[in-house]
Amino acid sequence: MTQLPQSTERKMGLVIDLDTCVGCHACVISCKGWNTENYGAPLSDQDAYGANPSGTFLNRVHSYEVQPAEGHAQLIHFPKSCLHCEDAPCVTVCPTGASYKRVEDGIVLVNESDCIGCGLCAWSCPYGARELDVAEGVMKKCTLCVDRIYNENLPEVDRVPSCVRTCPAGARHFGDLGDPNSNVSKLVAEREGMDLMPEMGTKPVNKYLPPRPKDQIEDQIDILAPLLAPVAEEPKGFLGWLDKTLEKL
Amino acid sequence: MHPAPSVIIFTTCSGLGFGLLFFLGLGQPAVTGFVAFVFYAIAYALAVGGLLASTFHLGHPERAWKAFSQWRSSWLSREGWCAVTALIVMGLYALGAVFMGSHWAVLGWVGALLSLATVFTTSMIYTQLKTVPRWNMNLTPAMFLSFSLAGGALLAGAEALAPWLLVLAGAVQLAYWAKGDGAFARSGTNLGTATGLGDRGAVRAFEPPHTGTNYLLREFVHVVGRKHAQKLRVISFGLAFVLPLLLILIPVSGVAIKHIFALLAVLSHLTGAVVSRWLFFAQAEHVVGLYYGKR
Repeated sequence: MTQLPQSTERKMGLVIDLDTCVGCHACVISCKGWNTENYGAPLSDQDAYGANPSGTFLNRVHSYEVQPAEGHAQLIHFPKSCLHCEDAPCVTVCPTGASYKRVEDGIVLVNESDCIGCGLCAWSCPYGARELDVAEGVMKKCTLCVDRIYNENLPEVDRVPSCVRTCPAGARHFGDLGDPNSNVSKLVAEREGMDLMPEMGTKPVNKYLPPRPKDQIEDQIDILAPLLAPVAEEPKGFLGWLDKTLEKL
Repeated sequence: MHPAPSVIIFTTCSGLGFGLLFFLGLGQPAVTGFVAFVFYAIAYALAVGGLLASTFHLGHPERAWKAFSQWRSSWLSREGWCAVTALIVMGLYALGAVFMGSHWAVLGWVGALLSLATVFTTSMIYTQLKTVPRWNMNLTPAMFLSFSLAGGALLAGAEALAPWLLVLAGAVQLAYWAKGDGAFARSGTNLGTATGLGDRGAVRAFEPPHTGTNYLLREFVHVVGRKHAQKLRVISFGLAFVLPLLLILIPVSGVAIKHIFALLAVLSHLTGAVVSRWLFFAQAEHVVGLYYGKR
């Protein structure tokens, strides 16, 4: 059923720390590794070893440069996957009912045996979270590793999404964002977690923690500097002569 | 957006076919027998041919029947229902006209309404997408409907109405282009809101996630041909509206010449409509392109 639930019991999702992410792409690889051999159709590659390789990924890491009005530019690595939106447009546009949002935990999933591969859900997603698998002809998206997080065959420490388990920098956090007392909710409150493209009205569950402000370098870092002899403003000697001669030319 | 031939053929041909069915349903022209058969054959070839073309881009066309299930929320599902019911109702109406020489008026009106509803639901598939600001406008359904009515009137030989509907469709087309050009900027979405980093400074895509291309870039970022957009607009406008208008308004003597001119008008309009629809897709910019520093 592609009507969205009025509300979900829990809002499971990710909190991604843009301050900590080092842009190593380990989450991209572990996501592909886990999801190509578990839930649903494999994530295929085309021309993987040729001139134009491309493939299906559920998680990709972009890098952006932010240039403030004053000061140095900052490089920010930016992992992006499905945000499991509360008002997920990808669910309501689906003509077959293949796309749905679960009432129990708010995870947005695709029932691949019902998917006709029309691509409309990918068209409706502002975040580029859905990719049509070329080999399989069905829509693939992040499942929040639904086959890990409840999987009692795995040690408890592994019952988190693959990307979260893998991240060496601890930049990815998993939990219930509907519970104000959960660790992820506290993190979002403390660090002023934000939505991507809030103007789209999708109400994403996943939050992004903005980079912390950089340390500001004071004007004077060396207390002895004022005692040193000032550097000549005007060039002298050979350089002075060269300067004057070039001026005259 | 990638201008896939399947969706361009689908929207132009089925729009034209359902436009003709609209006029046939209203008894314009009130044809019977073999002439009616020819009219309905053309209408069904366009409408059904277009619908079949639309299934070519599906990953799993054999499951297309499942698309009838979600009419409560999905415009694509609603379009499926409208198209099938319009074709069935107009098919019954056509049986009466072709084989019994009678026009069941009420059935015709219902069929005409359903035909227009099909075009409207098609347009809403695009209009509903906030992610494509150029489509997310009231003028999108207006354009689809006015194209369908103008093309339908031309095909139906509705001499009195066709010139007015062509003028109307031309005006809507110009308004759509004028308003559409600023739609992305007006939407307020930019790389700053996409990354949430806009209040810190100017955001620039520094490094893409991968060196190659991907589904998103193939489907949503289409820049080839956009540079000829203005020329193509002139070509499209000339072929879709100006030339057909001249062809049907020039006074000619003789039924044969008149029919040839009418045929040329239809072909010209169809070609212009295809160019316009190509631009509709090729010029549409999806917000996801922002993440890749592209439009």
